[in-house]
Amino acid sequence: MTASATTASTIRLLAGYHALGRAAGLSDHLTQYGPPPLPGTTTRSHAGQRLIQVVEEAGLTGRGGGAFPTARKMRSVAASRRRAVVVVNAAEGEPASGKDRLLLTVAPHLVLDGAALAAHAVGAREIVVCVHAGGRLAADTERAVAEREQARLTAVPIRVCGVPGRYVASEETALVSWINGGEAKPAFTPPRPYERGVDGRPTLVSNAETYAHIALIARYGPEWFRSCGSPDAPGTALFTVTGAVAAPGVIEAPLGTSVADLLRMAGGPSEQLQAVLAGGYGGTWLPLPLVHTPTTPAAFAATGAALGPGIIVALPTRACGVAESAWVLAWLASETAGQCGPCVFGLPAIAADFAAIANCQADASVYRRLQQRLSVIAGRGACRHPDGAVRFAASALQVFGSHLSFHERAGRCLAARRPGLLPIPGRG
Amino acid sequence: MAWRLRVNPITCTGHGLCAELLPEAIGLDEWGYPILGPVPDRLLPLARRAVVDCPTLALKLERDGKS
Repeated sequence: MTASATTASTIRLLAGYHALGRAAGLSDHLTQYGPPPLPGTTTRSHAGQRLIQVVEEAGLTGRGGGAFPTARKMRSVAASRRRAVVVVNAAEGEPASGKDRLLLTVAPHLVLDGAALAAHAVGAREIVVCVHAGGRLAADTERAVAEREQARLTAVPIRVCGVPGRYVASEETALVSWINGGEAKPAFTPPRPYERGVDGRPTLVSNAETYAHIALIARYGPEWFRSCGSPDAPGTALFTVTGAVAAPGVIEAPLGTSVADLLRMAGGPSEQLQAVLAGGYGGTWLPLPLVHTPTTPAAFAATGAALGPGIIVALPTRACGVAESAWVLAWLASETAGQCGPCVFGLPAIAADFAAIANCQADASVYRRLQQRLSVIAGRGACRHPDGAVRFAASALQVFGSHLSFHERAGRCLAARRPGLLPIPGRG
Repeated sequence: MAWRLRVNPITCTGHGLCAELLPEAIGLDEWGYPILGPVPDRLLPLARRAVVDCPTLALKLERDGKS
């Protein structure tokens, strides 16, 4: 245990990266942390139960956007008593997120330690690490896994699985389907993966960052974990802060840090802002008066917003929020898995309404139709993709409401004609 | 205990037969896909028939409170 790790530092997952200034290889990792505190047996043991207990006391919640209590998920998988599978989800589908890619690049062994510890705790004999297929991250992760194998650090075999880069492919049932040789599309639930997942086995699917936290909690304990963050949302989290800030990038900060402070940590606004997108493209726009909201699931829910996987995008006043939202909605519609009617037809319809508004071609009937559509789609798909699109669209209408008068007459909103600022995959 | 309707949106192809049989509890959106409401006990026999008659077997009747 190093001295820096025992203090209430707010840089934990990225501490090694900050100290080294480069990605940590296995020897760097072992120098800093030592081997993962695994018991010397591969059979499910008291020690495994103990880890779940410690994760529960730490109050760790999933960092992939759902904020579900991790220990409860682990316990559900362990409860089946069957041989389980652990899936590490690093197939980051959100265009404005880069935290899982960064973490797995600079601290792969922290993520893999956490997966190994979780595998022991839930009785898994296989770990599958999901990353987007074909990229550099896949190659880097393969290399990290090979390093561990050479060092005989893999009590449980680890394989890297390349996942298509589609938005819905990283949804947990889609991942399981893909690993099982099917299409990377969400499935109707139940069964959920913890009941029947990879090869029909109980499967723990969690975000890459969540496993890295487990690796540290197993070493330093729940009190250490809770020594930063807020009581209802303890620990640190990785945030991807981009848009109109001076130093965009991935920031580690205690949960509960306000959005305004995150913007400051990213160098502060680089120009005057009008709103902040929180939670990604299935998230919500926050008006500026709400930037003091602490980043806890409860505080976000109280404002009607969703924290999601730590995505913050600062939108400058020179941009048109309605046009930006229209482009995002068109992309979300194109990313439907094509399975459920309300999503297949509803999302393009909403996107078309938004495009009409953005292009100053919408009359009152378009607004009425859009409101009606927004009220019937959520909750009717197999996955939450349509719910996220509806939430995003509704918040855009709310937050940019006063700007809509500029879209009543053709050509009045000049900002809408500029190129978009929010990242859209495949847009040149 | 109350019952509720649930549809598998992946298998549902929007025939709309369920809404024809049980308009009191099932509406259709503008694309022809069902929007499910609560099922009063007196309509349970009709709801069961809608479940059995669904051409893609997408409709289910479940005990309320079960996910």
